[in-house]
Amino acid sequence: MSVARTDGRVPPGGRLLEVEDLHVKFFTRRGVAHAVRGVSFRIDAGETLGLVGESGSGKSVTALALMGLIRLPGRITAGDVRWKGRSLLGPGGERLLAGIRGREIAIVFQDPMTSLNPLFTVGFQIGEVLRHHLGIGRDQARRRAIELLEMVGIAFPEQRAQQYPHEFSGGMRQRMLIAMALACEPELLIADEPTTALDVTIQAQILELLAELQRRLGIAVLLISHDLGVVAQVCHRIAVMYAGHIVETGAAEEVFSRPGHPYTEGLLRSTPRLDRVESRLQGIDGSPPDLIHPPPGCPFHPRCRLADERCPAEMPPLEDHDGREVACWHAFGRRVGEEAGAGTSHG
Amino acid sequence: MRSVGVSEKRREPEPRTGEPLLRVEGLTVHFPLGGAWGRRRRVVHAVDDVSFEIRRGETLGLVGESGSGKTTTGRAILRRVPITAGRIWFKGRDITGLRGEELRRLRRDMQLVFQDPYASLNPRMRILDIVAEPLLVHGLVRRTLDAEDRVVELLELVGLPADAVDRYPHAFSGGQRQRIGIARALALEPDLIVADEPVSALDVSIRAQVVNLMQDLQERLGLTYLFIAHDLSVVRHISHRIAVMYAGKLVELADRDEIYRDPRHPYTRALLSAVPIPDPRVQRAGGRTVLRGEIPNPVQPPTGCRFHTRCPIAVERCGAEEPPLEEKGPRHVAACWLT
Repeated sequence: MSVARTDGRVPPGGRLLEVEDLHVKFFTRRGVAHAVRGVSFRIDAGETLGLVGESGSGKSVTALALMGLIRLPGRITAGDVRWKGRSLLGPGGERLLAGIRGREIAIVFQDPMTSLNPLFTVGFQIGEVLRHHLGIGRDQARRRAIELLEMVGIAFPEQRAQQYPHEFSGGMRQRMLIAMALACEPELLIADEPTTALDVTIQAQILELLAELQRRLGIAVLLISHDLGVVAQVCHRIAVMYAGHIVETGAAEEVFSRPGHPYTEGLLRSTPRLDRVESRLQGIDGSPPDLIHPPPGCPFHPRCRLADERCPAEMPPLEDHDGREVACWHAFGRRVGEEAGAGTSHG
Repeated sequence: MRSVGVSEKRREPEPRTGEPLLRVEGLTVHFPLGGAWGRRRRVVHAVDDVSFEIRRGETLGLVGESGSGKTTTGRAILRRVPITAGRIWFKGRDITGLRGEELRRLRRDMQLVFQDPYASLNPRMRILDIVAEPLLVHGLVRRTLDAEDRVVELLELVGLPADAVDRYPHAFSGGQRQRIGIARALALEPDLIVADEPVSALDVSIRAQVVNLMQDLQERLGLTYLFIAHDLSVVRHISHRIAVMYAGKLVELADRDEIYRDPRHPYTRALLSAVPIPDPRVQRAGGRTVLRGEIPNPVQPPTGCRFHTRCPIAVERCGAEEPPLEEKGPRHVAACWLT
């Protein structure tokens, strides 16, 4: 029996993944938590997208939804996910996804220890992925596993392949998971907070590795992180999430140098910078919203310094501002009624 | 019994001899590993020969990665772990050997703020009970009810509404919980607060609220902090001086601005360069030092300088001889043969 597989690799710049108006709800005893509320984005072949947000923003749930990993009490209630133009949520989507998951799309999670089986050697676990997806023999899988360990910068890969996960440090386990994810030469790598559990100097190593692999193998990466600094280091484009919505998206350099949404701006101000001297840390007042009882209208309005009567009344749509999309009635600090800034030339 | 108001707290006038609030000398903490019979007893070298002092009203930032010994140093000062060697003076008094009632009395003056605001508050206790507990334990009030005024006062001090007293921890967000933890730590009007990564578990936008609150409280109440952190980003804003630890050793200690402007230990430099900057243009322009290798095994720390196995500039001497902490500038010490 063969699993469904999409045909061929998409050339660089071609459409790989499209997410359209995705909604995910969790039906809990306390009530319905609307974790993802109409999220749309796309990732082109060879591109790195950073999905940034704080806890409860819906960034990880979005990633799980892409991989078909939402489990009860959670459910995708609306929207579509298309891989190379074919729907993963429509009829036959599940079968299609089963052939793609781990092979064309791979995922690396935050905690490297819980993602590994403590009872099998590192080499065996990587080899198993290869045998399962590519149907190659034991010997060949072992050799390829060693090559992969070497590729992710693990010294003495032959000896290391015979060790167990507990003999690896946190940074090495994360390298090993990246090796496993890359085993089938995926076209998209989803990395969900891949460095959050690691020390800063080890984080720097893993980020460098991700950036290098991305360049060398030309794979697309969806990097999920709460840390703007991490995202700035590896991503071409970023999307900022708040309370289940994407509130801003655009080219990384532009978003960082001129944030359009007051939340993005606040998040940037909150991130301490070592290249600047500030006497006092700036933050955002208040707390992130409760997803079961979110504020009406724009979910950020209770914490926003620009909010006026319109904000709690109506959720602003994600609107294009010269190549940048921002969901705010006061994007770029403008008041209501003011015209969009100069130069809406390429529409 | 009435509790003392926050502002009325009497601070014993320190004899103006320049005696610091806390002085740590040669602190060493080794944890024995349970070895089988007949095998040589092995130890974890958690903290080795660490010395520093903290003046009243000052914040010392203590920075290091996992296994650096920063948390153990904090616990040793609070006398929560057995001290293998070295001495600790607090308010001019040697507290290294205190026991029993004396140790209990000492603990009123030193409090700990924990990292994880979700794990450090008992979910079955009301906020009133949580904040009043230290007062009850130390016999300052006989019943929780007697402490209510004081608890409300403490909650207001940390920016929480008075009606929080009757609620349970789950009703509060991470940042608010950390405020509750701070209120509890302040209940006994301590002189020293050891804050072990108090904002690491919080969302970025909330961290500033808690750091700023701690700064304000320090100013109002004359508190002294040992602020433990795993990187050099947040400590910059709260610390007067910064100490960097690596594999159980203090490798550099200097005034805050000095250490960022002119770091002398290669490890401090690597830590500074490892903090990602939220600006893609800066990222691409700046040459980063990415350290090779891993944090060493504390059971068998490297010989000589413990950092030499990962150091980008190490020479032969570094693996053979341990560099002493040396004066590298005004009020600036570092342990390196080469810089």
